[in-house]
Amino acid sequence: MTPEQTMRWLFKPVLFAVCLVPLALFVLDAVTENLSPDPIKDATLFTGDWTLRFLLITLAVTPLRKLTGWTKLVQLRRMLGLYAFFYATLHFLVWFWLDRELVLTDVLADIAKRPYITVGFTAFVLLIPLAVTSNRFSIRKLGRRWQSLHKLVYVIAVLGVLHFLWLVKADVLEPAIYGVLLLSLLGIRAWWQRQSIPAA
Amino acid sequence: MIIKSKNKNDILSSEITDPETFKRRREFIRQSGQYALAAAGTLAAPNLLAGALPKPALRAKIEDVVKGPFSTTQKPNKYEDVTSYCNFYEFGTGKRDPSKNAHTLQTSPWQVAIEGEVEKPGIYNLEDILKPHTFEERIYRFRCVEAWSMVVPWVGFPLADLIKRFKPTSKAKYVEFTTLYDPVQMPGQRRRVLDWPYTEGLRMDEAMNPLTLMVVGLYGEVLPNQNGAPLRLMVPWKYGFKSIKSIAKIRFTETQPATAWNKSAPREYGFYSNVNPTVDHPRWSQAKERVLGSGFFAKKIETQMFNGYAEQVASLYSGMDLRKFY
Repeated sequence: MTPEQTMRWLFKPVLFAVCLVPLALFVLDAVTENLSPDPIKDATLFTGDWTLRFLLITLAVTPLRKLTGWTKLVQLRRMLGLYAFFYATLHFLVWFWLDRELVLTDVLADIAKRPYITVGFTAFVLLIPLAVTSNRFSIRKLGRRWQSLHKLVYVIAVLGVLHFLWLVKADVLEPAIYGVLLLSLLGIRAWWQRQSIPAA
Repeated sequence: MIIKSKNKNDILSSEITDPETFKRRREFIRQSGQYALAAAGTLAAPNLLAGALPKPALRAKIEDVVKGPFSTTQKPNKYEDVTSYCNFYEFGTGKRDPSKNAHTLQTSPWQVAIEGEVEKPGIYNLEDILKPHTFEERIYRFRCVEAWSMVVPWVGFPLADLIKRFKPTSKAKYVEFTTLYDPVQMPGQRRRVLDWPYTEGLRMDEAMNPLTLMVVGLYGEVLPNQNGAPLRLMVPWKYGFKSIKSIAKIRFTETQPATAWNKSAPREYGFYSNVNPTVDHPRWSQAKERVLGSGFFAKKIETQMFNGYAEQVASLYSGMDLRKFY
């Protein structure tokens, strides 16, 4: 196989399947009744965790590419980003449909009154244009503006971690871990920029 | 000068295991057994995401339990629901953590200190605290501040009966409860998530209300550690965190005691913390609650004032602005 074929017929399909493993395990737990007495909360936490994880993994692609020199890595970035959007959409649906029971007034009140929901919802809305433009046609059509648009992912990740940090009651350990990872990923970019290595 | 020659059979003090280590040795043996069981269990049935260990907890029936008043006719949650889904930060902040970790708690022997404005202060053995009381089963609604609820058949006796025995003085206006503080038995206390030990408090008239229960069991059995063994409080018209677990100290005070969650986030958790659908928690609405145990499509229900116990307790708060005293 040529390197292009390996990427297309091996790496991408394998990654596609691997990214679905968390969901498969959750579904397995659900059908085997291994979830807690509050499965809606389980589903909320599960989809939220994996949204943040995929955001961080996506943001790790560029630093990893620079550190390892494996330039092909960037070709997997789009799929990882789209998986972040996939889990974020599930997270939104679990909240809107199962938790808030599609009661629009409750949902709007939550978004307006509760800062952690305001930032979480904002992050989700901002993800939509990125997901919609994650294709070759948009890249060609938008040109330079595509790059600027997709810089929004930094804002989204910060809002996502903030959302988690504000919703925990007392134990901030988990959101703090996400925060430190995110700051490292953003910090390394800032540092590289100062070293005037062209950032991607 | 006496020179003591060392007898071959003497045990050097350096050879004596200190009691703390000895206790941990037993703990280790018990845990190893549990992990072996768990490993066997995992092979038999993979429990992929949950990672829950089987709980070889001793389940003992409590004898001579009579039916108590105030029980709801609603259907109680399953035993497994009540014992696997707990907020007990002394054993971890995840809902499943307490059921996995609370086996380190030694509930026997157990002592309860009675202190403060009271005629008969002292440190009492649990058996002596419990001896004179008749245990009742009371099926209460349990409403968590996180907007979920369960129905639980508790076994216990009125706190009022206990209080009367120790004769509080006229200065006693409040009762303060304190959970055991021991980071070896309660590993969650090694991280300062809350200001340990956990404390809670009631106004004297709240404590004396016939609804207020001292709990020693659930479902007719001895209380599992994760639910607050060997002795916990149950105040069904208040959010769950008021019902402090594993009580080691009861102190009668003239002034309002500090409470753990109030110290942690005063704007979110007040001293009273009565269930009140009209006063929202800053981070979530209290108007509705999800009754746990009915799966993914569990419908929410409207939360009732004082969790449905208004008839018994509303008079305690007449004339009080419950928005201010949340």
